[in-house]
Amino acid sequence: MKFQGAAHKYGRDIDTDVIIPARYLNTSIPEELAKHCMEDLDPEFVKKVQPGDILVAEENFGCGSSREHAPISIKAAGVSVVIAKSYARIFYRNAINTGLPIMESAEAVAGISNGDKVEVDADTGLIMNLTTGATYQAQPFPPFIKEIIEKGGLIEMVKDKLAAQSS
Amino acid sequence: MSRLERVITIPGKTISEKILSAHSGTDARAGDIVIADVDFVMGQDGTSPLAIRALQEMGVDAVFDPNRVALVMDHSSPSPIEGVSALHTIMRDFGKKTGCRIYDVGEGVCHQLIPENGHVVPGDLMVGCDSHTCTYGALNVFSTGVGSTDGAAAMASGKLWFKVPVTMKVTYTGELQPGVYSKDLILDLAGRIGVDGATYEAIEFHGPVIDAMSIDARMTISNMAIEVGAKAGLMKADAKTLAWFEGRGGRVPAPVDPDDDAVYVRELVIDASQITPQIAKPHAVDNVSPIPDVVGTPIAQGVLGTCTNGRLEDFRIATEILRGKKVHPDVRFIVAPASKRVFLDAIAAGYVSDLIEAGAVFVTPGCGPCVGTHNGVPSDGENVISTANRNFKGRMGNSNAFIYLGSPATVAASVIAGKITDPREVV
Repeated sequence: MKFQGAAHKYGRDIDTDVIIPARYLNTSIPEELAKHCMEDLDPEFVKKVQPGDILVAEENFGCGSSREHAPISIKAAGVSVVIAKSYARIFYRNAINTGLPIMESAEAVAGISNGDKVEVDADTGLIMNLTTGATYQAQPFPPFIKEIIEKGGLIEMVKDKLAAQSS
Repeated sequence: MSRLERVITIPGKTISEKILSAHSGTDARAGDIVIADVDFVMGQDGTSPLAIRALQEMGVDAVFDPNRVALVMDHSSPSPIEGVSALHTIMRDFGKKTGCRIYDVGEGVCHQLIPENGHVVPGDLMVGCDSHTCTYGALNVFSTGVGSTDGAAAMASGKLWFKVPVTMKVTYTGELQPGVYSKDLILDLAGRIGVDGATYEAIEFHGPVIDAMSIDARMTISNMAIEVGAKAGLMKADAKTLAWFEGRGGRVPAPVDPDDDAVYVRELVIDASQITPQIAKPHAVDNVSPIPDVVGTPIAQGVLGTCTNGRLEDFRIATEILRGKKVHPDVRFIVAPASKRVFLDAIAAGYVSDLIEAGAVFVTPGCGPCVGTHNGVPSDGENVISTANRNFKGRMGNSNAFIYLGSPATVAASVIAGKITDPREVV
């Protein structure tokens, strides 16, 4: 899996309340949630982000609530992959389960500026800053995580496995 | 002990390692990934609809055991808007279809209802689709927050995969000073180690200060373990814990103590006698100061309640400060009991009439205004002092408001004065 897009860079401790405020949790439709993604931090985010773009953040991305609406809204907003220095535990699991690719690399985050063109190869963990030419090596997904993300999330994987069992 | 026995002696286990071993049938050690049986699964009205949809998409139409699954309407309850009404209907229908327990509007906050109704007991492993599920660590339950899809998998199968966490040990020595409470200890810890200070880790809380605390006070500490990133905030079960569970109709408790030679990733010994009232300032839970740094900050709203501080002891502490006094005319004081049981007990104790006489506004037992869906969204530029656990930007429904977190005593003292006030002046 390869992703390419412009970087949108934010700070540390980006919490789930700014990723998707609870006042918008009266729906679970991804496209509706996407309209308010990052609204309280950067109201311009959803206007700026183009399909395939890359969200870059410092430490502890996704801290706070367990709401799965957070990775869902990021994915539905068009973000192809998130690169952060570290993730909060619940968000990490939720991102994988909902099929949002996430990479962990402090070096890449330090070397990527807002607006840089970035390419990510999730299979090898290679992150290339196409604007500066620098490359960074993150951990590739372990096989079982890769399988979940390739299927588009845990639900799709379970469905496939159940279908395989019954056929 | 022979030389051979010494050589093969393996280190002891933490509470987390023991509970995850017992529930996975393995010798679970920190770092291992285990598939474990969960004793209970919970969801709330923000997260359950997604879990129900996940189950439907998986083609699953039953839960593994209807007596071990509960869904709670607490975050936006009674419904403030038709979208939420539809979500509540999805939950009620799911309850009818599967036979799982539904706690409808007005029953209270999930984290009060689950232990209060004996759904968990010491030694259990449980997951909830809410980050503050770590609250029951105070009751010797390995409980942790998960997302809706993980919750759905657990509801369907009664199993979930876990990475066994390393554990940080925090020991409180000394004794709490007047005007200082368990809330101040956990805010102080957030200030010390930061909001990601224990990410992927469990915390065990030990020492004479914890032993001396009520169950209500202990739950405040475990509730906020997630605010430093922890997966669980565990305490031993003592005679108080076991007495608390009597008459709640739960299973037989199986308390789990850590071994004396358990391996901890690090240990912190904190002299509680030195800790003063603490405040978390906007917009981060680790942006913590001793209260003198913020005394005098004007406030427009005070909040008493939530899964952090909405229990009977919190009502007693606030009432003793507010009885016979008046809330400042420029302040709205919103009070939300953590459950109907707490509400009834507070009525019986006379706290409710005292608080209403003082100027408190009671809202439905539940999350109250904490998560910004209803019951008191602050206006632009307003400061709020709250007993809740999060002060993120926009948390209470307005990203232009400012949330300060403190103990029930700090909130009570502050709503009288109309500004942040040191509770040591009034207790």
